[in-house]
Amino acid sequence: MSTAPMSPATWVRHNLFRNRRDAITTVIAAVVVGWVVFQTLRFVFGTARWEVVRANLTLFLVGRYPADEQWRIVAVLIAAAAVAGLVTGVLTKRRRRAAIADDAPLPPLPFARRLGLIGARYWPALVLLLVLLLLARTSTPWVVAGAVIVAAVVGRLVGGALPPKVGIVLYALPVVLPFVALPFLTGPLGWDDWGGMMLTILLATVSMIACFPLGLLLALGRRSTLPALRGLSIGVIEFFRGVPLVALVLMSDVGLGFFFPRDALPGRVVRVTIAFTIFTAAYVAEIVRGGLQSVPRGQTEAAQALGLPPVRMMALVVLPQALRNVIPALVGQFISLFKDTTLVFIIGFLDVLSVADNVIQQPDFRGQGLFAESLVFAAALFWVGAYTLSRESQRIERRLGVGSR
Amino acid sequence: MFFQAAVLAAVAAFGLWLAGNLRANSEATNIPLSYDYLGQPARFPIAGSSFRIEQNVRSAIIVGVGNTARVAVVGIVAATLIGTLIGIARLSTNWLVSKAAKTYVELVRNVPLLVIIIFSYKALFLQLPRPQEATRIEGLLVLSVRDIAVPWSRVAEGKAPAVLGVLVVAGLAAWLVARWRRSVFDRTGQPARAGVASTAAFVVITAAGFVALGGPVDVTSPQFDEGVVSGGIRMSPEYAALLFALVLYTSSHIAEIVRGSIQAIPKGQTEAATALALAPGQRMRLVVLPQAMRIALPALTNQYLNLTKNSSLAVAISYFELTNITKLSIANRSPAVPSYGLLLVLYLALSLTIAGITNLVNRRLAVGDR
Repeated sequence: MSTAPMSPATWVRHNLFRNRRDAITTVIAAVVVGWVVFQTLRFVFGTARWEVVRANLTLFLVGRYPADEQWRIVAVLIAAAAVAGLVTGVLTKRRRRAAIADDAPLPPLPFARRLGLIGARYWPALVLLLVLLLLARTSTPWVVAGAVIVAAVVGRLVGGALPPKVGIVLYALPVVLPFVALPFLTGPLGWDDWGGMMLTILLATVSMIACFPLGLLLALGRRSTLPALRGLSIGVIEFFRGVPLVALVLMSDVGLGFFFPRDALPGRVVRVTIAFTIFTAAYVAEIVRGGLQSVPRGQTEAAQALGLPPVRMMALVVLPQALRNVIPALVGQFISLFKDTTLVFIIGFLDVLSVADNVIQQPDFRGQGLFAESLVFAAALFWVGAYTLSRESQRIERRLGVGSR
Repeated sequence: MFFQAAVLAAVAAFGLWLAGNLRANSEATNIPLSYDYLGQPARFPIAGSSFRIEQNVRSAIIVGVGNTARVAVVGIVAATLIGTLIGIARLSTNWLVSKAAKTYVELVRNVPLLVIIIFSYKALFLQLPRPQEATRIEGLLVLSVRDIAVPWSRVAEGKAPAVLGVLVVAGLAAWLVARWRRSVFDRTGQPARAGVASTAAFVVITAAGFVALGGPVDVTSPQFDEGVVSGGIRMSPEYAALLFALVLYTSSHIAEIVRGSIQAIPKGQTEAATALALAPGQRMRLVVLPQAMRIALPALTNQYLNLTKNSSLAVAISYFELTNITKLSIANRSPAVPSYGLLLVLYLALSLTIAGITNLVNRRLAVGDR
């Protein structure tokens, strides 16, 4: 596959000036791209007035979370980093062992090269972190970022030192974490006062976790041989896939209340989460159905031959393989959900987008046309999240593709 | 059997519970559940339309459906064209072109559509000059915060059927000429210039027809006079911003679909086309794209549906399409539950219509290859 290194001149001739037409295209493209890049750079480093972001950084990230309770957020960040490091450590160790067993040991990489790989993989997040730190007006964020990185590194080292048998306990950690972290964070302020990036993450995570069982049931229902169940599942799935999420979000705010007993009306955040959950469940159901169809027939037949009853066959043989195949698609759905949470802007929640829209109206910045600055910053927050997740999903896809069958 | 009955009973019980709550709430709040409100006067104006506030809610919703269709149809056409171009550009052998296309796709695809819409509205279209100081290219374009106007054609009154007839005849003639030239090419192998000949036939007949009808179509270009724009076709900044954002976002998704479909075409097809001495443009246009589009169609349908449903995000920037009208009418004392119920049903109908049309096209395309 690898070609001999080209000299720069050959490379340019080959990739930019192959023939006359190619050369003309290159020149035109260079002018257009050059102009766009120039304008962008001039905006970002020259004309843009980032004070509006600078002054409201906390609002963008955590909304109106009370200042003397923000240590809770820091604690959760550190715990999440430690768990992520721990899992990575154990997984890496397992991979190394497997490679040794296959007689193809992975050579240990030099430290600088490893740093380079991490940089190539997470550069958007790292750049964003640096930008946030540079925009911050106190030194506390630097300390927090340092603590989070230390936690991740320590977790990684501990994970690498643990015996590889810890398995199941360890995988439970990232699953349990949200269930511990959410009440811990909600404690001082209740559901309806979340804001900024935290609200976005809350809505996306809770909806994704909640929609999964429902989506799974709908998928199984659609594949069921019982006609009533199948019809019901198809109806629910196709209905929610056919209507716009905006309508459901609006309805959660005004119409949904009519379907609850008057004295048991859930709060606004819970209601909108219900809308996101049902909507996403319909899509997850279709993804899972695709996964179920991808499991070869021989697997079910083998399970039947072993005398497994249907429920255990599904739970022990079919589902694990089906779900494994659709992890990338599920990540893709999570990315969509992450982006779609901006719709709460329409019903007046204080999410990242509405912070960006509101800060322009502050007395210091009113009437100065700073929309571009605050919206570009909001867009950048989402872009880094979505882009990183989609790259990770591609990695998983590639890894699953290798040797899956 | 027992299991099925139990599940159904549970679902039915849940449904009854919801319905019971709904009825109790409806009575308690005195908000009706019937559709009588559709005949009531709307009591609200709709910006950018001739709708009068004494007209009924039903007419308002029809205006909304029209506005949804207006943005969806134009958006689908534009997003398909731009997306296809960018998808092809991503596979260009020219490094600069493919990298630029890739950057466009990765940049746009990973930002929420609503952020793009708000940006396009507030940071682009609302920052245009005031009507008195509109940016303009004489006769071609007027850009101001109130109007975006470009040239448009207008058919003289009463001559529409005749114009349509001329166009049909010209199209038929062009088709026949192309067939004839192609058969000549098949017989003799000499370059037959089917495209040039059929275009010429179309142009000549159209021109003759137009002269005979005494110039039934005139192009009106936007005229600017002291901040007042007349002629051409005018768009509100809300419409333009929504359309721009939807096209930008959807085209980035379509580009990925087109790229994937082109890559799915076996390499042998391109090589065979090259061996037949087709030029790169012809190779793409005649051999690769027709096959790729067939693969792409189901995924494209999804994008068309998404674009149509996403047009409801207009709620955020006060362009009055279906969802926004519904919201407005609820704010003006239409009952919420029936209104939203109708809204969902209308979107389902729209979705099914688009899915139906593309399925039809899909079946057409699929014939002949297996």
